[in-house]
Amino acid sequence: MNTELNNEAVPSISQQFRFQWEEVQKGYVILYPEGMVKLSGSAGEILRRVDGKTSIGSIINDLEQQFDGVDLKDDVYKFFEVAMENGWITLT
Amino acid sequence: MAGSHSHKQDEDLKITPPLWLLAELTYKCPLQCPYCSNPVDMAKYSNELSTEDWLRVLREARELGATQLGLSGGEPLTRPDLDIIIKEARDLGFYTNLITSGVGMDEEKIKSFKEAGLDHIQVSFQASSEELNNFIAGTDAFQHKLEMAKLVKKYGYPMVLCFVLHRHNEDQVAEILDLAIALEADYVELATTQYYGWAMHNKEQLLPTREQIERAEKIAHEYQEKMKGKMRIFYVVPDYFEDRPKPCMNGWGNIFLTIAPDGTALPCHSARQLPGMEFPNVRDYSIEHIWYGSSDFNKFRGYGWMKEPCRSCDEKEKDFGGCRCQAYMLTGDPANTDPVCSKSPNHQALLDDVARIESDFLNHVEQKPLVFRNMRKSKELVND
Ligand code: SF4
Ligand code: SF4
Repeated sequence: MNTELNNEAVPSISQQFRFQWEEVQKGYVILYPEGMVKLSGSAGEILRRVDGKTSIGSIINDLEQQFDGVDLKDDVYKFFEVAMENGWITLT
Repeated sequence: MAGSHSHKQDEDLKITPPLWLLAELTYKCPLQCPYCSNPVDMAKYSNELSTEDWLRVLREARELGATQLGLSGGEPLTRPDLDIIIKEARDLGFYTNLITSGVGMDEEKIKSFKEAGLDHIQVSFQASSEELNNFIAGTDAFQHKLEMAKLVKKYGYPMVLCFVLHRHNEDQVAEILDLAIALEADYVELATTQYYGWAMHNKEQLLPTREQIERAEKIAHEYQEKMKGKMRIFYVVPDYFEDRPKPCMNGWGNIFLTIAPDGTALPCHSARQLPGMEFPNVRDYSIEHIWYGSSDFNKFRGYGWMKEPCRSCDEKEKDFGGCRCQAYMLTGDPANTDPVCSKSPNHQALLDDVARIESDFLNHVEQKPLVFRNMRKSKELVND
């Protein structure tokens, strides 16, 4: 069980939350009992890659490729910190 | 009303999608909570929608962007088609919340709802002790509820426990929260009684004292601190004890759409009582027409309908002038400022009323008995 955020850690969406695309809102949302958080475009791009198999390191690589090699490491880590705090993701 | 003025106002109005659909599947309920927010005249609306009607409502609302679905009532478990409704909702992509008293639930149902795709179950308790719980609910439900709460966890649902607070259990907040911890609730709602429906009818016997409220709030905050990261505790100070109203429904016709058991579409579950309104029914109109086109849904949207002091108040975007039903019940005009607001000319009358109820209670002035919520009583009250 890995509980530290690092490149090897593999995040998955917690059982208690649902992550999905909302066509009318044109964005990704996190759903939980009687509540909903609308995610920003970049947060959605990160969480879209969270599948319980891909490590944080690979997620960062993949994002950097898609966004023309811009250094996104800090942003991704910052987002995962928030996601951990809210219980949206767990790490293995 | 000046037609041209209200037309102009409509043009400026940007109507947002109904993100939250509350499906009140039925007014039937085996319990008889005297604080129930269902309408006192519920016996008049017993003509329930069919399964097909509900499935169509789900599809149409989902198309407009509804994402959260509350299945409530009454007791939704009294609908034999509940699993069909849950399955359709899940297939459409709703996040489905079942709001139940737990009465009528069993392990088989909990399991089959899970398979149908139910996301979350909220179990309501009347109190933390068996005696009081059963007195308030008017039935012996407590042990069964405990068992159901354990099963909800066993099947991996996130669990919300909801306790409605009033004079008779407001002093049990610590015991209530201990019970919630023992049952491993993920969320606890200490829901203060709101004075609508049956609760309004029983206001004199339900309203807690200011001292009770202050104590309860303090305890709730201590537990919030203690349970940080483990259990989320929501505690809301009752309206009548504040000097600003809550942003009721997050604004009329803004994100909430309620469909009553008979198919009447409402901007909030108690709006039916407002005078001069004829809310549309899903048997006659599409959800799209109801949400975007019906004049009743447009009536209190935006700010154009407001009177003073709201109209020129710089806080109106925060609270939308409060609750239309409360304004109506307490002042006779739903377009008035909610009297909970200290800027309302009716605020003092509300304070006086609360003080009178408190002093009657503390001085043991004889009280009318609590009226329990059931269809027989509803028929009596309708015929009164
Ligand atoms: S508040 Fe009580 S009586 Fe009303 S629907 Fe809920 S469980 Fe039934
Ligand atoms: S006057 Fe109206 S808008 Fe201003 S704070 Fe009071 S209720 Fe809200």
